[in-house]
Amino acid sequence: MQKFGRPQPKSLIDNQLQQQIMATDIKGDLNHEPNYDEESIWRVLSYVQDPEIPAVSVVDLGIVRRVDVLANKIMLEVTPTYSGCPATDLINELIEESLNFAGYRQVAIKLVLSPAWTTDFITKAGKVKLKKVGIAPPKGSVNKASLIDRDIECPHCASHETHILSEFGSTACKALYQCDTCREAFDYFKCI
Amino acid sequence: MQIKSLENQESLNTNLYIYLLRLADSNLILSQRLCELCGGAPSLEEELALSNVSLDLIGQARNWYEYASELDPQNTSPDHLAFRRDVHEFYNLLLVEQKNGHFADIIVRQFFFDAWHLATLEALQDSANERVRAIASKAVKEATYHLRRSSQWMIRLGDGTDLSHNKIQTSINQLWRFTGELLTQDDIEISLAAASIIPSKEKVSQLWKHTLETVLTEATLTKPDDNAWMYLGGKQGEHTEHLGFVLAEMQFLQRAYPDAKVW
Repeated sequence: MQKFGRPQPKSLIDNQLQQQIMATDIKGDLNHEPNYDEESIWRVLSYVQDPEIPAVSVVDLGIVRRVDVLANKIMLEVTPTYSGCPATDLINELIEESLNFAGYRQVAIKLVLSPAWTTDFITKAGKVKLKKVGIAPPKGSVNKASLIDRDIECPHCASHETHILSEFGSTACKALYQCDTCREAFDYFKCI
Repeated sequence: MQIKSLENQESLNTNLYIYLLRLADSNLILSQRLCELCGGAPSLEEELALSNVSLDLIGQARNWYEYASELDPQNTSPDHLAFRRDVHEFYNLLLVEQKNGHFADIIVRQFFFDAWHLATLEALQDSANERVRAIASKAVKEATYHLRRSSQWMIRLGDGTDLSHNKIQTSINQLWRFTGELLTQDDIEISLAAASIIPSKEKVSQLWKHTLETVLTEATLTKPDDNAWMYLGGKQGEHTEHLGFVLAEMQFLQRAYPDAKVW
């Protein structure tokens, strides 16, 4: 028989994430506490993917600004990429659930706006991962000149003969480009 | 003496609350106007651009509303501020509530707004208020991108064919009467400017006029008369006939099902 009413909320953490956390020695359970050192917490965070670009983690993107541990309480500072990033709330929930799953029961996430997120916060490893999935990473450092976004390298064939198709792409943080050499269209992570 | 300074602080907070609503409301209403175009833009690229700009604006509106809500002694929630106030309690600029019209109308409205928005946000980055500084320095990057896009369209349409040139010049002439409001300050804003929380009107107008002249010249378009008669009142809650319709659509769900939690 069909059941009516509100569906039970599904866990946000998928199997892959669960396994990754299980494979570490961090996870606490009923018998023992998790490791309360910052390094372990950063490690759990490094498994939390960005919901819109699953190739990179929240650590790769540089949106987790700070981790503090006070007794058994974890305090995090998270900054949004764009003011209107629709994934902001989801990312916070994902982070909280993952940390809970690893055994950290008290997690407080604070949203910080300053200093404003910039693409300079994306780690080197993060830029490599972006390129691997066909997203051209932001070029250079943030300054007025890079806002013009010229000379973007194609992530598929490494050609520099590319042009912009659309100032905006599939998410707020990307623009759409096309390569003149291999003719493939690709996403470019805008430099802000 | 101390009581006097406390009173001053209180009236500054009240004024700041209204100013934050003005910023937030302008963002929200323009965002809603752009949302109306979702599914109806002339090309896929524009579809993405209009929705993305809208998204940025709504995110910024949320940041301003959240701060306003904290300053409000009654702690009115950000959702309440957006969805339960009526026309006369909205303090957005008259410019942003104007109807979408054709593509040139949309671009001119956006360009006028973006030029003002960027000038304002750039100056707000130096505000004496830390929270205002933080929100502005986040938003300024997005506004830079918005202005870049709307300026390019101004130039492409203005310096395009005779048809596109004439159409966009007509749009400029039509919407010009709503631009005076961008550069005026009432007592509320004057007191905030005196406390260095917001920029002086001279600072904003200087930047605004510079952008306008640069882009219009390149676009071979004519700037209408600075001394033309201007509509005022949006920031004080007196609106054109269009805002009520915008709110009727935007607020429907919250009005019909107040405080609904389960969807």
